[in-house]
Amino acid sequence: MIECNDLVKIYRNGDVETKALKGVSFKIEEGEFVAIIGPSGSGKSTLMHILGALDTPTSGKYVLDSHEVSRLNDDQLSDIRRNKIGFVFQAFNLLPRTTVLRNVMLPLLYSDTSAKEREQRARESLHYAGMDEDKINNLSNQLSGGQMQRVAIARALINNPAIILADEPTGNLDTKTSQIVMQTFRELNDKGHTIVLITHETDIAKFSDRIISIRDGVIESDVRNGRKNTVVQKTKQ
Amino acid sequence: MIFDLFKETIWSLTGNKVRSALTMLGIIIGIASVIAMVAIGQGAQNSIAQNIQSLGSNLIIVMPGSQQGGGISQGRGSAQTLTREDATALGTLPDVQAVAPEISRRYQVTAGGNNTNTQVDGSLPSYMQVRNVQIDLGSFFTDQQVQSGAKVAVLGPTARDDLFGADANPVGASVHINNVAFTVIGVTVSKGGSGFNNPDDYIYVPITADQYYLAGANANYVSDISVAATSSDTIATAQQEVTDLLLQRHKITDPTAADFSILNQSDIISAASSVTGTFTTLLASIAGISLLVGGIGIMNMMLTTVTERTREIGLRKAVGIRKIYINLQFLAEAVVLTFLGGAIGILLGWITSIVASRLLNMTTVVSPSAVFLAFGVSAAIGIIFGFYPARRAAALSPIEALRYE
Repeated sequence: MIECNDLVKIYRNGDVETKALKGVSFKIEEGEFVAIIGPSGSGKSTLMHILGALDTPTSGKYVLDSHEVSRLNDDQLSDIRRNKIGFVFQAFNLLPRTTVLRNVMLPLLYSDTSAKEREQRARESLHYAGMDEDKINNLSNQLSGGQMQRVAIARALINNPAIILADEPTGNLDTKTSQIVMQTFRELNDKGHTIVLITHETDIAKFSDRIISIRDGVIESDVRNGRKNTVVQKTKQ
Repeated sequence: MIFDLFKETIWSLTGNKVRSALTMLGIIIGIASVIAMVAIGQGAQNSIAQNIQSLGSNLIIVMPGSQQGGGISQGRGSAQTLTREDATALGTLPDVQAVAPEISRRYQVTAGGNNTNTQVDGSLPSYMQVRNVQIDLGSFFTDQQVQSGAKVAVLGPTARDDLFGADANPVGASVHINNVAFTVIGVTVSKGGSGFNNPDDYIYVPITADQYYLAGANANYVSDISVAATSSDTIATAQQEVTDLLLQRHKITDPTAADFSILNQSDIISAASSVTGTFTTLLASIAGISLLVGGIGIMNMMLTTVTERTREIGLRKAVGIRKIYINLQFLAEAVVLTFLGGAIGILLGWITSIVASRLLNMTTVVSPSAVFLAFGVSAAIGIIFGFYPARRAAALSPIEALRYE
């Protein structure tokens, strides 16, 4: 499903070169729930951008669902993001002053899908993400943080993506809401969705089945902890 | 897809009504002020041109030179050098269409209990054509009445009002000019104007009657000769022919010593046009400044809007919407805003010029060129500054756009 081979990403800012990734290789199979964990500056955000087809690596190979993403142009990257990847951001990133329904339908814009089917799918996704039916016509700015994140999850689900990429999805939420949102991810994974979670919190990483730990642009550890939420010792030093 | 684009545009614009309204306000004010100001300027220019035109078309006026008596000039037009024979001779020139000699003097005029002091013009029926006189009631005098020296009079509307009361029909009544009874046979249409040398405060009589009963000792000489050239293109040649013929008839070899002077209508028009031209330039530059200010307003609004919306552009890209659709949406928004604002601006400018013409009692002319210019400039500014920054934002990587502050 996901295959990364010696990914290197170098940022250039004038004469200063920053090597954010220094050769990262791993594979993620269909149906996995993987957490990528690491402190800030470790390169995990860079890795997430590459996995999300938001950015391309300087060198190395990234294959998503048999598409070699590292070689695509801007429009092809857009198509990959639309069809293969569902994003959940830390800052929710909903369209302001826009209804829940329209926010969820956003990725279907300019597609061949009929208006009726779009709404149908949006309602299913919202239901799937645990959002109340009666909030469907509320404006995005009238929602609570937890509700906003569920709308974002529903939006990520609408195109039935190959992977769901969640970048610090609980970063702006309180502990209780975080637990509920993570439970939602857990349930989605149980239904067969592949989920890649980026976080710096070990508590959150515990919800996953496999933890890839990154530090200074290289993989420090890659631990599978089975189906149960066992604490992985190695991630914290 | 077109439908999606349309819906997104409408949603986006109605979703933030204050932002949309403020952006349009710049466009509306810019366009409306340009249209209204140019309309007022052009209206003023047109009405002045019309006033001059009402003097007569392609008019050349020949006036006697100044009288020299013991080294003292009594002023231009005081000499008695032009005669009816001169006028008749001028009528034969190739580029002259009609000639009207005129004996003009002020007399005390009475009718019933009313009396006034007004300008009495002895002339020919051709005066109507040469000086653009139109008849409101009754008729002008005829060649026959000139030949027989009939004591008939045609009144200007102001003279009629003074002698018979406003809007009365005096045809058939009699007036006493310098104690000589004349029968009123017509009233002319108002030329507009007031105060000194009011073109409506006139009484026209046959030149022969003027000579017999009014002019007395000066009967052989005329006050001036009005000449109509065949067309506006021949005014200059006609003027030259008139000058040459009169010099020849008066046996003068040195043109600088001529005992008459000539004024043509295009001189008057060009003098007046240069005045109104300055006026229009002034208004146009004020309008230009408002357009510039409006344009800067539009530009600012568009730029801040796009800056504010860079995150939204980043999000749209992140969820996989292609660059082209984002560009198209912002282009559509800019087009809708500028066209809607433009339409309202044109309407408002038009209404303003109508209101101005009512309140200020002046003609206004909404010129298509001003409409196109104002609309074109605001539309260009709106579209360029609405679309270009959006295009730049859409070209950013989605992460950069999402992080944009």
